[in-house]
Amino acid sequence: MVCPVNGARPVSEFVCWGEVRLMLDPNAVNDATWADYVFNRNSVPDIKREWWCHTPSNTWFIAERNTQTDEILQTYLYNGDAA
Amino acid sequence: MPFRLLRFALSGKYPEPRMFRDRNRLKSSYDAVIVGGGGHGLAAAYYLARDYGMTNVAVLEKSYIGGGNTGRNTTIIRSNYLTAEGVKFYDQSVRLWQDLSQDFDLNLFYSTRGHFTLAHTDSAVRTMRWRAEVNKHYGIHSELVDADGVKQACPQIDLSCGGHAPILAALYHAPGSIARHDAVAWGYGRGADQQGVEIHQQTEVLGITVKAGRVTGVETNRGEIATPRVLCAVAGFTPRILQMVGLRSPLSIHPLQAMVSEPMKPWLDPIIVSGSLHVYVSQTARGELVMGASLDPYELHSTRSTLEFAEGLASHLLDLFPFLSHVNVVRQWAGMTDMTPDFAPIMGKTSIDGFYLDAGWGTWGFKATPVCGKTMAYTVANDRNHELIQDFSLSRFANYRLVGEKGAASVGH
Ligand SMILES: Cc1cc2nc3c(=O)[nH]c(=O)nc-3n(C[C@H](O)[C@H](O)[C@H](O)COP(=O)(O)OP(=O)(O)OC[C@H]3O[C@@H](n4cnc5c(N)ncnc54)[C@H](O)[C@@H]3O)c2cc1C
Repeated sequence: MVCPVNGARPVSEFVCWGEVRLMLDPNAVNDATWADYVFNRNSVPDIKREWWCHTPSNTWFIAERNTQTDEILQTYLYNGDAA
Repeated sequence: MPFRLLRFALSGKYPEPRMFRDRNRLKSSYDAVIVGGGGHGLAAAYYLARDYGMTNVAVLEKSYIGGGNTGRNTTIIRSNYLTAEGVKFYDQSVRLWQDLSQDFDLNLFYSTRGHFTLAHTDSAVRTMRWRAEVNKHYGIHSELVDADGVKQACPQIDLSCGGHAPILAALYHAPGSIARHDAVAWGYGRGADQQGVEIHQQTEVLGITVKAGRVTGVETNRGEIATPRVLCAVAGFTPRILQMVGLRSPLSIHPLQAMVSEPMKPWLDPIIVSGSLHVYVSQTARGELVMGASLDPYELHSTRSTLEFAEGLASHLLDLFPFLSHVNVVRQWAGMTDMTPDFAPIMGKTSIDGFYLDAGWGTWGFKATPVCGKTMAYTVANDRNHELIQDFSLSRFANYRLVGEKGAASVGH
């Protein structure tokens, strides 16, 4: 996997933190919507944008990955675009 | 043996009886359709026919029966869970297992071995004691044993684990067993078939029709079928089926890998599990060591194998049994597991009438095959959740009523 700061590193140095999602405001939504945000996931195979962390350097970044073939299409630092 | 083999080559017709009939025609409607011909789907079909007289039922399997996680799992059967819901449920399953070979008139090689979950830290000892007490409360034979107790049952073990993770104690669970996995699928399949259930292999469900909140039929690669009831028992494929009916769930799909060694003479009687070392191992009747570890760390819809897994597992196994260093690994494989955040399954009715779910079985559902079949058959036949599965419904997440089985299910399967 290619870390945007450290270059190509063994995949065992990385941890996946799940799909990039817009966090809801817990005070603005009802319990059911909040539960949906907290628990439910989109787990159909797809090309997904995910949070990853290169643990030795604690670099957080985004990877676009095909969850069926495990192909990593690109990785880049977070640019503020969460949706 | 060679002569028996020769019969297969020379005879025009397949010389042995088939386990179940090959159905070449799908009917236009059934009273119930079961999606997924793994152990769970076939068990539900068997009990629907046997206990509720529902025989106009089709099991649709996109590949071959038992080819999913049922035929890929490492067959550990136990009931030493942590929560009351879990312990009661798995205990029922262990009881059903014990008579199953008789029921089927088929040898499942069900073998009670005793099961040790090793504790290498004080906090693990505490969890083991907790589990032992919950188990005893429900009349299940589990107890905490010290390191000498482990050594007695398994003299080959290195209690110091190479010096870096000494074994302090273990949770001993007497009913812990292993069984022959594909025979379970065949046994249930044959039993269901004999009672008139149709098993259709190479039949993939591509869509499910829902009208006004009710299931009305399924679309397959072999045409459409009308049915008022659909049971979804597809393990790692569950999110794809849920998408067809517009339901959301907390399931996340991860590969779980396993491997076996070459056969050797019997030396390992009990099943040995270590959560801290991420390893579990048992020896089959054929003499192979069946070994597994924890989940692959991120979502993936694939059954590929990795070298990292084999290396990591081998090194941890050598911590426990250094003398295995010259033993060869002969096979490695993976299955796609459907994980839930609370390590408990998702079962029962859903917000769609006639759509029933048996999923979220992750890395621990083989042992539950009989009881899932029984409780899902009840649920489908009566359109009411069986009392043993009430706490496992999909709606528990929206109601913030999780089950909390992680301490007992994460590596031990
Ligand atoms: C490596 C490994 C080790 C494990 N070890 C243990 C263990 O020691 N103890 C334990 O209790 N559990 C264990 N498990 C978990 C256990 O294997 C599963 O929970 C259980 O077998 C699930 O059975 P099932 O019948 O629900 O699913 P499966 O056996 O996976 O059957 C589902 C079937 O559905 C079919 N299908 C999918 N989509 C469709 C479609 N659209 N149309 C038609 N058919 C479809 C698939 O082809 C498949 O055959 C392990 C799992 C793995 C992968």
